[in-house]
Amino acid sequence: MRVVEKRQLLSAEEINRTLQRLAHEIVEKSGGTKDLALIGIRRRGVPLSQRLAKTINGFAHVDVPVGTLDITLYRDDLSTVGAQPVVHSTEIDFPVDDRDLVVVDDVLYTGRTIRAAMNGLFDLGRPRRVRLCVLIDRGHRELPIEASFIGRTVETSDTEIVEVRLQEIDSEERVMLVDRVS
Amino acid sequence: MLIAYPETQAIGPEAAAKREPVLQRLQHLLGIETLTREQILFILEQARPFQEFQRHPLKKLATLRGKTVAIAFFENSTRTRISFSTAASRLGADTMNFQAESSSLKKGESLLDTVRTLEAMRPDGIVMRHSASGAPHFVAERLEIPIINAGDGTHEHPTQALLDALTIRDRKGKLDGWNITILGDILHSRVARSNIHLLTKFGARITLCGPAMWVPRELEKLASGLRTVTRIEEGLDGADVVMVLRAQTERLHEPSLAAEEYILLYQLTAERLRLARPDALVLHPGPMIRGLEIDSAVADGPQSGVLEQVTNGLAIRMALLYHLIGGAPADAPHPAKE
Repeated sequence: MRVVEKRQLLSAEEINRTLQRLAHEIVEKSGGTKDLALIGIRRRGVPLSQRLAKTINGFAHVDVPVGTLDITLYRDDLSTVGAQPVVHSTEIDFPVDDRDLVVVDDVLYTGRTIRAAMNGLFDLGRPRRVRLCVLIDRGHRELPIEASFIGRTVETSDTEIVEVRLQEIDSEERVMLVDRVS
Repeated sequence: MLIAYPETQAIGPEAAAKREPVLQRLQHLLGIETLTREQILFILEQARPFQEFQRHPLKKLATLRGKTVAIAFFENSTRTRISFSTAASRLGADTMNFQAESSSLKKGESLLDTVRTLEAMRPDGIVMRHSASGAPHFVAERLEIPIINAGDGTHEHPTQALLDALTIRDRKGKLDGWNITILGDILHSRVARSNIHLLTKFGARITLCGPAMWVPRELEKLASGLRTVTRIEEGLDGADVVMVLRAQTERLHEPSLAAEEYILLYQLTAERLRLARPDALVLHPGPMIRGLEIDSAVADGPQSGVLEQVTNGLAIRMALLYHLIGGAPADAPHPAKE
C-alpha cells in the first residue's frame, strides 16, 4: 500500500491566516483572555497552540498560558496493539482548576483523541470550561464531540488522510489530502 | 511487550506500520546484564512521563484496566512489593498478591507448581522475587507470560539499578562516565551486581569498597572498569556517586566482624563524605539503618537522593509494566477470531 497526494488543502500562507482568525475568534468568544489557557495535544497541536498564544499576545498584549498534553496513556485501543506506543510527557505547569481551556489539535477525525485528552485533563483538575480548536475538521466522528473553533471543514472519504505539515516538526508548512492506494 | 523504536510522529495504524523497531524485543525483564545500552535508555526515557504523573492530584490511570499483575514474593520484602503493586494500581491493573509466609511453600510445593497455579488464574504477567539466583529465568522459560525480576538471590535486582540510574541522571544531569563507589557487602548484593552491569555500560569507573570478606578480588571480573578497595578513605576519594548498601546485621557478628567495628570502619559519615567530590550524590536502596551503615547527617543531607529513589522506583516500574504487561498478549489470537 502506498499513499498519493490528491490535493493541497492549505498553503503556508493560508495556515497563517487561518490561525490569525482562530486566535481572534477565541478571544472574542471568550469575552477576553481572563482565565484563558491553551492546551496543545502532542504532536502537532503543540506548535499550533504556541502560535495561537503568540498571535493573541500580538493584539491583546496578554501571555495566555500554554500547556502540552500527551494522550497516549488515555487511548482506548491500547489493549488491541502488540507493542505499546511510546509515552511522552505532559507539560502543564499551571493549575487547570477553574480555567477556561481551549484544547488545540491539528485534525478532528473520529473524536477519540479528544475523548482521551479530556480524560487526561480531568486527571489534572476541574476546568471551568473546555472547548476545542482544530485546524481541520474532516468529519467521520465516532463520538459525540464537536469543535468550537474550526480552521477549515473538509469533506473526506475514510481511506483518505489529512496530512498537516508544520515548520516546527516537519520543516515544511502545508496541509495535504492524501489517499491510500493498494 | 517492550519494543523500543525511534521517535514517531502520528498515532494510528498507518503510523504503526511505519515504525521500525530498532531494538530487540524484550518480553521479560530478568536482569540488566543482557540489556543493551539502547534498551536501558529507552526504559529511562519512558519513565519520565511517569515521574511527572506522580505529581498529579489524581493518581489513577485506566491504561491497564482489565489486566492482572501477579506479585509473587517468595522472599520477604515490603518496599519493593508496595512499589510494584502501587505502580500496577496507578496504571489501572489489578494485582494478585502471593507471599511466601502465607503460602503453600511451607507445605512443600515446588516453585514450578506454585507459578503454574498462579498462571492458571490468568494473570498478564508475574513480578517475582526469590531467594534463589536464577529463579525468574527458570520460570520465564516455562511460562508464556512476561516475568519481571524483583530480585533473585545474590544475582540481580534490575528495577533497583534502573531507578538508581534515573536518579543519577536527574541529579547529575547525565548518566555517562561517573566515578561510582559502592560501599558495603558487595558479595551478597544483587543491587550491587545490577548496578555494576548497568553503570559499566555507561562508562562508569566503579570502586567496590568494604571489608575484605565482602569485597573479594574476583568481583573485578564482573565487568571492566572495576576495582576493589578495603579502606573507605581510598574508596571515597574522587567519587561522584556513593551507593551505600544495607549492612545486613545477620552477617555482622564476631569473630569476623562486629557491628561496632563496621560502624567505625565503614559508616558513611559527613566527615568521610567530604573525601568524595563536593557534589557527590549519595544513594541507598533501603531499608536504611541509621547509625549503622549511614549517619543521619548524610541520610538527611542535601547530597542524599534516597527519597527520590523511592519515587523514581514507582516511575520505572510503571513504565515497565506499561510496556511489558500492556497491549495484546504476544501471539494471542484476536478474541473475535476465537
